[in-house]
Amino acid sequence: MTDTLISILFSGAAFATVLYLISVGLSITMGLLGIANLAHGAFAMAGGYIAFTLVNRLGVNFFVALAVAAAIVALISVILERLIYAPVYSAGELEQVLLSIGLIFVSVAVAQFAFGPLPLAVNVPSSLQGQIQLGWRSFPAYRVFLIGFGAVVFVMLWFAIERTGLGARIRAAVDNRAMAEGVGINTRTLFTIVFAIGSALAAIGGALGSEVVALTPFYPLEYLVYFLIVVAVGGLGTVGGPALAALLLGFGDSACKILIPGFGAFFIYVVVFLLLLLRPNGLFGRT
Amino acid sequence: MAPSAPSHPAIEMLLARRRLKVIEILPWMIAVGAFFLLPQYLTLGSQILIMVLFALSLDITVGYAGIVILGQAAFYGMGAYTAGLLAAHGWGDPIFGLVAAAFTAAMLGLLSGAVILRTTGLALLMLGMAVALILRELANRLHDITGGFDGLRGINVRPIFGYFDFDFFGQTAFLYCLATLFLAWIFVRQLVNSPFGRSLVGIQENEVRMAAMGTPVRRRKLIAFAISAGLAGMAGALSVQVNQFVSLSVFSFELSGTVLVMLVLGGAGRLYGAFIGAPLYMIAQDAFAKGDPVYWLFWLGLLLIGVVLFARGGLLGVSDTIQRLVGSHLLRRSVASPDTTSRASGAGS
Repeated sequence: MTDTLISILFSGAAFATVLYLISVGLSITMGLLGIANLAHGAFAMAGGYIAFTLVNRLGVNFFVALAVAAAIVALISVILERLIYAPVYSAGELEQVLLSIGLIFVSVAVAQFAFGPLPLAVNVPSSLQGQIQLGWRSFPAYRVFLIGFGAVVFVMLWFAIERTGLGARIRAAVDNRAMAEGVGINTRTLFTIVFAIGSALAAIGGALGSEVVALTPFYPLEYLVYFLIVVAVGGLGTVGGPALAALLLGFGDSACKILIPGFGAFFIYVVVFLLLLLRPNGLFGRT
Repeated sequence: MAPSAPSHPAIEMLLARRRLKVIEILPWMIAVGAFFLLPQYLTLGSQILIMVLFALSLDITVGYAGIVILGQAAFYGMGAYTAGLLAAHGWGDPIFGLVAAAFTAAMLGLLSGAVILRTTGLALLMLGMAVALILRELANRLHDITGGFDGLRGINVRPIFGYFDFDFFGQTAFLYCLATLFLAWIFVRQLVNSPFGRSLVGIQENEVRMAAMGTPVRRRKLIAFAISAGLAGMAGALSVQVNQFVSLSVFSFELSGTVLVMLVLGGAGRLYGAFIGAPLYMIAQDAFAKGDPVYWLFWLGLLLIGVVLFARGGLLGVSDTIQRLVGSHLLRRSVASPDTTSRASGAGS
């Protein structure tokens, strides 16, 4: 019984880490400018495929590949942000949704063309292979690393948002953009920075998480609802909200998979429905 | 409507919308023409008519009420399974199936709308998708009843009115779809030009002001949502009755996305956006996507980005712009004008 519980918590935490890394950027950008960027998952997929190419095909060191993937995706995202997203900031939600669906379609087609339809995963470095003994039972070393990495990112992000000048500006802009502009914060530049960081984190999430969530061309569509659940349940513009939402979703998902296989997703959606019925702005929404 | 009604420009504009213009007969003439001249394409034609109805249903929520949602396939699928299950269990009368499908889908719209319309933005989008996903999971789980991934078996649709059998060449199917779409079009045309429809446009443009004027905003949105769901259910029912097949793919995200794309290509918030977007999309897909559906996705994505960046309002929006540039009064009067972008004219005192 405890064994099952630990399995649920462990695999749930691994999945939650991937979800968190990918979704936290979406939550903050959504909170900042209210942009419904459904294509955020495409950045995660791009990061995953770039890391896959570097590690599996070119033999680059895993961690170097991770950094390179994050940098490339951040660069691409800034270009896209300035060229394609910027014109629709003032437009309605419908335009933003359509634009991001368009980007998803293009990214799916490009991924299928370049990497084929089969699921792929980035090779795990040999230092993280095998099992690791924690207390009385052993765990897959890579997933322990993944969860640890997620925890470190969470602490760093929390520190950056709550304790640094940049974070203070971001919080100010999320709470009241006009007022933030009024006291001299360039929210436009701020947004580009946040967008780049969010995309880089998504890229790392996609690359690190490929062992948990395999890379396929339809990645941005397949997990879109999960990313959106994390953002909607967590509430916009916070660091802690998406983390808690990702953990709940991760635990719920693995509990359902292990305890009631086949009915899992159904249960999760119903819970999310009820949750948002009670709290339409999410658990920690800043309104 | 007294003949000596006071002639205020705003009233004139509203009355002018209700009057049938000559060009509004064009889609029906094309459809009837296609029936006689392109008999080999009647199957595709029926699919096009179904998608026009589906896109028209979405226009009520997205185009008129301004509820951006990505889960319209939930209602299409609900209607499809309703009609399919009825036909598979000996209730194969198509008209009955159609009405029942509209009813169950509208009920689903009412139920789900009561929850998801309380949210906005990403949460609304997500919950809309979740409705479709929940139904998909449910249909998958109940595969003894629904057939699961393999699809529902034994759909046996009886002749229409007990007389017109669905023939091999798809003639009956085409005319059946056309008649259904025609009735739906009359209904939607009346709806969007009615005070109710105008209030939806008002809600889209300024929800707070409409609430301040005493419009029950949430109830109006919910009713619009349910009506839209019912029409989507009819489209789903037509699809089952014509193709004698339904599977879990009716709940897919792709279908929800596709119908939105069709609507937007034609022009959302206009009665005829669906009539232009859906046929163009279906014909283009039939021509280009046969070889490689992924390439189709690529070009479709680029097209969407292009429409958003350069041609908001879709093809009808572009045609408006051209007309403005040409400045021809003759042309302007003959084409149905946009319903939601003409803010200046309707505002009044």
